[in-house]
Amino acid sequence: MSETGPGVVELFMRFTQVGVSGFGGVMPWARRMLVEERRWLSAEEFNDALSLCQVLPGPNIVNMAVCVGTRFRGAVGALAAFMGLMCAPFAIVLVLGALFTHYGELPAISAAFRGISAAAAGLIVAMGLKMAASRRLRSPMAVFAVAAFVGIALMRVPLGVFLLIAAPASVAAAAWRSR
Amino acid sequence: MSEVLVELAVDFSLLSVFAVGGVITVLPELHRSVVDVHGWMTSAEFARLFALAQASPGPNILVVSLIGWKVAGLAGAAVATAAVCAPSSILTYGVSQIWQRFRDARWRKTVEEGLVPVTVGLMLAGGYLITRAADQNAMGFVITAVTAGAVLGTRIHPLWLLAAGGLIGLAGWV
Repeated sequence: MSETGPGVVELFMRFTQVGVSGFGGVMPWARRMLVEERRWLSAEEFNDALSLCQVLPGPNIVNMAVCVGTRFRGAVGALAAFMGLMCAPFAIVLVLGALFTHYGELPAISAAFRGISAAAAGLIVAMGLKMAASRRLRSPMAVFAVAAFVGIALMRVPLGVFLLIAAPASVAAAAWRSR
Repeated sequence: MSEVLVELAVDFSLLSVFAVGGVITVLPELHRSVVDVHGWMTSAEFARLFALAQASPGPNILVVSLIGWKVAGLAGAAVATAAVCAPSSILTYGVSQIWQRFRDARWRKTVEEGLVPVTVGLMLAGGYLITRAADQNAMGFVITAVTAGAVLGTRIHPLWLLAAGGLIGLAGWV
């Protein structure tokens, strides 16, 4: 595969394109590029890679870039895909940040941003609810979702402490259920 | 200055390791660290930076770059971004080379089954916290609720919803 796959420069370029197109979620753009346009991965290969990226910690889309880069060009490929994905958006967001600091105190801008913040919060709430509707949660396993919400949102338990207890317990429960 | 960079590096690389299911799941922890523990900014500032990252192209993770930048300038942005990406990326690099081999393994399915509910709970906690931070009056909650409803019920592009929120804010109603 690696004879016909993309080179380092192409990985960088394509992931740059994916990074700057992704408003409100980059993964759909990555799928479009990888599966439909470039055909670097089949639909099944993409799903496999995605499930790995979701199980591993870290931003899923960053993991996906690393996975794809590694697959075609090893460590150098992973670095190229990662840099492609991150560099341009990093520069853009900092320019926006600088503009915001400069002009953010203007009443009109800060008023607009109160509205944008409220809408941005809605996007996250929707994503959580979408995931909560997943088939996997229609089982007693849902108790772990409730525990995570109560522990983190309401009781403010530090995440590390919570995960050290909840993750093994939840995986053990899944193992017990699938006996 | 450099002390702050070390704190950013340590705190955010720990977040990287715990970020199962993506950045949003560590949003509450990010908020706890940045607002409650270090007092680097107020809850409302945190929500604004988050909104800025959402309104900008690229991965959601860029909220971390903005936080680093706010705390310690360009060096802070670079350190925060690298800290939050490096540990998980190195892990992904290692694991992606062996994962194929366990494609049909039962333990792999079990691990997924176990982690998904926890991830979902963390996601909802993130939504709850960022809503509390962002919304200062009833209109704010209405915008949040309508946006969430529109994402769930329609195929509208999220950017339009952010723009609508901005316009309502501009009108002075939030």
